[in-house]
Amino acid sequence: MHNIKAIYFKEMKAYFNSPMAYIFLVVFAIITGYFFTRTFFLFNQSDMRSLFNIIPLVYLFFIPAITMGLIAREKNIGTMEVISTLPLNDFDFVIGKFLSAFSLVISGLLITLVHFFTLTYVGTNIDIGAVFTGYLGLALVGAVYSAVGIFASSITDNQVVAFIIGIFIVLIFFLLDKMLIFIPISLTELIQYLSIDYHLSNISRGVIDTRNLIYFISVAGFFLFMTIRILEIRRWK
Amino acid sequence: MIKIENLSKFYGDFEAVKSINFELNDGEVVGFLGANGAGKSTTLKIITGYLTPSSGTVLIQNKNIQTDSHEIQKQIGYLPELNPLYGEMRVYDLLYFTAQIRNISGNNFKDALSRVIEQCGLQGIIHKTIMECSKGYKQRIGLACAMIHDPKILILDEPVTGLDPNQIVEIRNLIKNLGKEKLVLMSSHILQEIQATVNRIIIIHEGEIVADGTNEELMSSFIGNTKLTLEIKHIKDPSFKDLLAKIPSISIINTIPNNDSIILNLEYPKDEDPRDALFQFAVESNWIILEMSPHSANLESIFRKLTTKESNNA
Repeated sequence: MHNIKAIYFKEMKAYFNSPMAYIFLVVFAIITGYFFTRTFFLFNQSDMRSLFNIIPLVYLFFIPAITMGLIAREKNIGTMEVISTLPLNDFDFVIGKFLSAFSLVISGLLITLVHFFTLTYVGTNIDIGAVFTGYLGLALVGAVYSAVGIFASSITDNQVVAFIIGIFIVLIFFLLDKMLIFIPISLTELIQYLSIDYHLSNISRGVIDTRNLIYFISVAGFFLFMTIRILEIRRWK
Repeated sequence: MIKIENLSKFYGDFEAVKSINFELNDGEVVGFLGANGAGKSTTLKIITGYLTPSSGTVLIQNKNIQTDSHEIQKQIGYLPELNPLYGEMRVYDLLYFTAQIRNISGNNFKDALSRVIEQCGLQGIIHKTIMECSKGYKQRIGLACAMIHDPKILILDEPVTGLDPNQIVEIRNLIKNLGKEKLVLMSSHILQEIQATVNRIIIIHEGEIVADGTNEELMSSFIGNTKLTLEIKHIKDPSFKDLLAKIPSISIINTIPNNDSIILNLEYPKDEDPRDALFQFAVESNWIILEMSPHSANLESIFRKLTTKESNNA
């Protein structure tokens, strides 16, 4: 446990000692703020749907960007060799890194709470439950994308390659349910179940279903597990 | 104690380390010598648990690196080749992070920190960002990280590469001091460096150990004959028949005329010393000896002999 903590704080320091965290948070806040306020007063509705719709799109590019260096950079500058010879489990290493990226994503989400306060100030009949589950869904998507990003970062020592692979994989998950019309009917249910949007929209509607929770947790878990495996394989080369 | 048995490592089809064996004891400072690509770093990486051996075993303090890697890694400090560091981190943060992973915290960390600052001479840069530090300081930061947990075994892969002569002397003294109580295994391809620092040398060539012993042992076992150069005036018989008849243990390599003198290169078995007899002979023949200098064997010649002969055979 103390190893996860050590890795976590090292990565958080690295994020906040470099422009990375600030650029992510500021640009994230500007983009989400723009899309929220653009239609908020126009539609005159007391909900945050426009915000919740745009954030998964912003995630598509932002999360691979903040995760791309997590492991690829360690390999590139050679510190992976130092890390691998410390008494440190691959599990602790990957989880610590994952939690730091996830924390940064959550920080971004926390900034958008400003819009929630705007809503409570000017709105009426606010569905607090839907807002809560909307945020919960976004946090879960953030966790899945962070796990994918770390996986992409572990299979290369080039950050740009990690970024592109990361975007590619999250894009597949993002687009799956938009492709349903091209897919044989027998497979649609499976493909739909694999798509992020299907589960996110369920949660965002205010329904917390364990099936959706299990989906997010298992996809994130799968990619973290694969990352740990990739690190193990490296040793045998 | 490090014990290596039949250790091999393949990279694909290429066998980088070919079934090597050696045993290192506590308190030894051992130099691991070899040309670039000889398998030094690969061996060190296996000992530290970074790479897995293709076959063979590595026992450290009687524990197997493959089954007890974390137990072993707790007792090893490792400075990899090229000394990779997180450039954007502050020196203190890096040492703190390393200490955390090593499970050193609170007062233990304070003690460990002041110890490595003292040992590695990090006073004055502890709050600097690593990338602002000079190469010599970076090397010491790497060493400090490797030593923060006061390991029993230190493994240093080319610790002095790229340092200036003053820094080399400093690091050398540091390693010598550490060697009084620790087992230090350092690799290098700088022969003088190894010779000045270590008390046992292992030479590896194309993945095989070709020599193992103290500096003196290597000298005596690998250099059969001592060479001697003489510059002599007033020679009547340039074929030196009389000389060879009088002192049969010497053999002449060549003679080079030099103005009115002759330079004579000869050799004799290492356990004989015919210089007295040579001088007597010169006096009797009225020679004037301008120069007489024996060429003592050095590590460089041994190294060249070992690492070129093998590749010629292959």
